[in-house]
Amino acid sequence: MIKTDILIIGAGPTGLFTVFEAGLLKLKCHLIDALPQPGGQLAELYPKKPIYDIPGYPEVKAGELVDNLMEQIKSFQPGFTLGEVAQNIDRQEDDSFIVTTNKGTMHHAKIIAIAGGLGSFEPRKPPIKNLSKFEDLGVQYMIRDPEKFRNKSVVIAGGGDSALDWSIYLADIADEVTLIHRRNEFRGALESVDRVKELKDIGKIKLVTPAEVVDVYGSSNLEGVMVRKNNNPEEDFALAADYFIPLFGLSPKLGPIANWGLEIEKNAIKVDNTLDYQTNIPGIYAIGDVNTYPGKLKLILCGFHEATLMCQSAYQKIYPNKRYVMKYTTVGGVTGFDGSKKEAPKAVVKSID
Amino acid sequence: MQDVNITIIDRNGVTHKIEAPTDMAMNLMEVVRSYELAPEGSIGICGGMAMCASCQCYIESDTNLPEKEDDEEAMLAEAFFVKENSRLGCQIPINEDLEGLKVRLAPEDI
Repeated sequence: MIKTDILIIGAGPTGLFTVFEAGLLKLKCHLIDALPQPGGQLAELYPKKPIYDIPGYPEVKAGELVDNLMEQIKSFQPGFTLGEVAQNIDRQEDDSFIVTTNKGTMHHAKIIAIAGGLGSFEPRKPPIKNLSKFEDLGVQYMIRDPEKFRNKSVVIAGGGDSALDWSIYLADIADEVTLIHRRNEFRGALESVDRVKELKDIGKIKLVTPAEVVDVYGSSNLEGVMVRKNNNPEEDFALAADYFIPLFGLSPKLGPIANWGLEIEKNAIKVDNTLDYQTNIPGIYAIGDVNTYPGKLKLILCGFHEATLMCQSAYQKIYPNKRYVMKYTTVGGVTGFDGSKKEAPKAVVKSID
Repeated sequence: MQDVNITIIDRNGVTHKIEAPTDMAMNLMEVVRSYELAPEGSIGICGGMAMCASCQCYIESDTNLPEKEDDEEAMLAEAFFVKENSRLGCQIPINEDLEGLKVRLAPEDI
């Protein structure tokens, strides 16, 4: 069981900055995120794109902002549970919470801060009839253990980097790899596109374009897919396969949090914006893009503000009897949990003779 | 500067005749959101970067539209429910050329 003061769900910019504000109050944080890396949308969707409205940065690339935030919070030693989705929440008798992920990792915290952005990123599932019937029976949306495809026949669909990269990777492991894409053009790193072409020329990858998988079949396990070439039903053909892996990118879904008994409006969590961004459940806060209140703007800079006020409220909840006055970092410096201390240099007092 | 008249058929098949401003640097996705013709969180998810296809729509008039750029082409190559007349609303700026435009919102990805 992972124990912490504030459990942050979502490691995007708002979640990361929460670690800093909590750290100033000597509160420890742990973050859960569905993605394998911190940064949320900024890292997953647009790391190379510039942002122009972060105060003090005339221009900063999204990926760079994430790197800076990670550096800023480093001394507060946040814990991370990455690649897992927060699934269940159980309120304890002492009003603390246990949050369990889809992989069974348990987290115990007094305060929950949902900084889930648009939700957790889940694979986009193509609208193919019968597809859900074969999920985990030959259809998968993610590759966790490539060895399981050894000597098997695999069909991959998609035209982006992940479709290209996995086709290349599995070409050496699987018996047969077929890559199916709706266009003749692929969107991916140039070297990946070139490599797929080489592998196609030596017969290690079968390429079917322009085409798409329109159906899947099998008795209990998947036995094959129906492929439509040139958008022409008359050209449909069956292709035997042990595995079908549609790789059409990720899209954010609010996911299991929607069932936590929180008040939801317009796909977002309603919070009290007059005070501390607490939800209808005491001890659970929602900050950043995931929340809504009158006048809400989904901006990173608003998430930072919300995180700051939320941490003050969390402190009062954890230490109801302590008196506390906010201190400027310029005055108090930043003392990390790792023993490091950053502070403003002292003025030099020296007489001039 | 004046508004253009646009017809938008929402995901429930309801037709909305609306006026869209040409002087506010808006795109079609933002107009749909400003009139709340699709629930918040179901359209414009990526904010207008042509990185999701939540604002996909079908063009049903012969309005002269800007050519698709590479980003939009690539996204439409991976989106679902794509037709010949599919476009991403976020890549269509509102200007005088759009007078009389008629679009139908594509179904939401599930």
